[in-house]
Amino acid sequence: MQRSLHIDPNKCTGCRQCEMACSYEQEGIFNPSKSRIRVFMFDAEARFVPYTCTQCAEAWCMLACPVDAIKVDLNTGAKVVHENLCVGCKVCTIACPFGTINYMSDRGKVMKCDLCGGDPACAKACPTQAITYIDADWTGLERMRVWAKKTDAGATATH
Amino acid sequence: MNYLILGAGPAGVVAAETLRNTDPDGAITLVGAENEPPYSRMAIPYLLTGRIDERGTHLRKEPGWYKDRRIDVTSRRATAVHPGSKTVAFADGTSVPYDRLLIATGARPLRPAIPGLDLPGVHTCWTLDDARYIMDKARPGARVVLMGAGFIGSIVLEALAERGVTLTVVEMGDRMVPRMMNPTAGGMIKNWCRSKGVEVLTSTRILGIEGNGGQAKGGFLASLFRSKPANGGGALTVTLDNGHKLEADLVVISAGVRPNIEFLADSGIVMDVGIQVDEHMRTSAPDVYAAGDVAQGKDVSTGHNNIHAIQPTATEHGRVSALNMAGRPAAYKGSLQMNVLDTLGLISSSFGLWMGVEGGEAAEVIDTDNYKYLRLEFADDRMVGATAIGLTQHVGVLRGLIQTGVQLGPWKQRLMADPHRIMEAYLARTQA
Repeated sequence: MQRSLHIDPNKCTGCRQCEMACSYEQEGIFNPSKSRIRVFMFDAEARFVPYTCTQCAEAWCMLACPVDAIKVDLNTGAKVVHENLCVGCKVCTIACPFGTINYMSDRGKVMKCDLCGGDPACAKACPTQAITYIDADWTGLERMRVWAKKTDAGATATH
Repeated sequence: MNYLILGAGPAGVVAAETLRNTDPDGAITLVGAENEPPYSRMAIPYLLTGRIDERGTHLRKEPGWYKDRRIDVTSRRATAVHPGSKTVAFADGTSVPYDRLLIATGARPLRPAIPGLDLPGVHTCWTLDDARYIMDKARPGARVVLMGAGFIGSIVLEALAERGVTLTVVEMGDRMVPRMMNPTAGGMIKNWCRSKGVEVLTSTRILGIEGNGGQAKGGFLASLFRSKPANGGGALTVTLDNGHKLEADLVVISAGVRPNIEFLADSGIVMDVGIQVDEHMRTSAPDVYAAGDVAQGKDVSTGHNNIHAIQPTATEHGRVSALNMAGRPAAYKGSLQMNVLDTLGLISSSFGLWMGVEGGEAAEVIDTDNYKYLRLEFADDRMVGATAIGLTQHVGVLRGLIQTGVQLGPWKQRLMADPHRIMEAYLARTQA
């Protein structure tokens, strides 16, 4: 059963533990700038929106990669950057219309959410269940897909 | 169904894979003009720097990738397309029939009309073969003149500089990457490159290149009788329109590219700068499609047909054309012009109508000392273009904001006041 991250901004308190957990899991340090998930603050409305890659079906990053360095993890469905193949050309970072694949200048590679191989640290760290890892059918993935479509530079079936 | 694809770059390879996924029974032939496995020109700069080997440039790396998908990959050069008889003629004298044809023959470097372009030591940087030649010549300490600081030239610039050569860049435009960056941003990149030890001459033309008779032809006797120029000598002398001369061991030409369409001259297929395609990537000839650098297709920013010779457009074209070829009608919404560039560690990008539109508004933040820049272009309350220097986090959202044409509402004024709030604007207007 495919699972995916479900993000409910209404439950987010802005504690940013997800960023810490992601950074520690992925990079071994507590540094929010290394996190693949970021919490955006709308202070005026006291609203907090955690945001990361939706592992979209269009896979703009993967399609744009000139050296086949982004591949689908068949267990999780995540689009995963293979750093040994990535040349750091950054085309994926402008191709992804969601802005969720970023260049790390210290390593000369790009980084994105890989669902931690099926056990995402952000979801485990979230104290309010604003981030959960559940069956894809339940994630409101459809709502995201609607927006993905609006961002769709590619094909739209005409019938 | 018998599918024939001309061109084994990203557009052709993605098309072949999409055809296989869509039509399990069709016969798929992928024809490249170079005698190489399908590879990525975009990876060549990283081959030059030694970050990857030749295999690292290959578009697909798993052994048997094409064979497993029953994609027949061959190398030969097409010389004519005959839509009437539905055949393609090749330079080896063969004629190959097709049911559906995709032309993805890409582009090739322009060779400007200046004397000396055919001398040994004067080379374009476009193919794997070019890269092998340049790697041999561009050794540490070699004097290299790079003609052209457009997008491709600037990528080559970084690769050459990393090889430890003494580099001079000559660009006839008034700034670096003039078709990607406005004067402020192009000037910032130039200052950065100079601060890193690369000589950049803008508003300067190369009038001609002369061989100095020695190293070009080689030989011990030739070197004995060659009079050594006072300035140290080299295989080549490059004459500039400001009267100066540059000595060089290697001259790399990067003066733009043009689509490979000459072989279609007698095909009757409608062409302009490139092959005209509709939103289904069809050409004017029945069952003939075009994709990638050779295709002049819909530009999402203008609604007109333009060539966007970039990797994302090539692969999107490849996918959409293949769906249509396999009988799954799909309309392409249009490509967005965009580029990202790394010049010696300074990262820049531009999107869509980065030069702005008449009657539009712009928000701009310039931080000259820290080489940071962000400019957003608006038409009414939609973003239509953007330019960024020193921005690497969430930069793709600029594409999202422009391409969706999302109405910014109150966020227009917020972005005018602080352009860096692009992620918040995107989230608030699309996901909230």
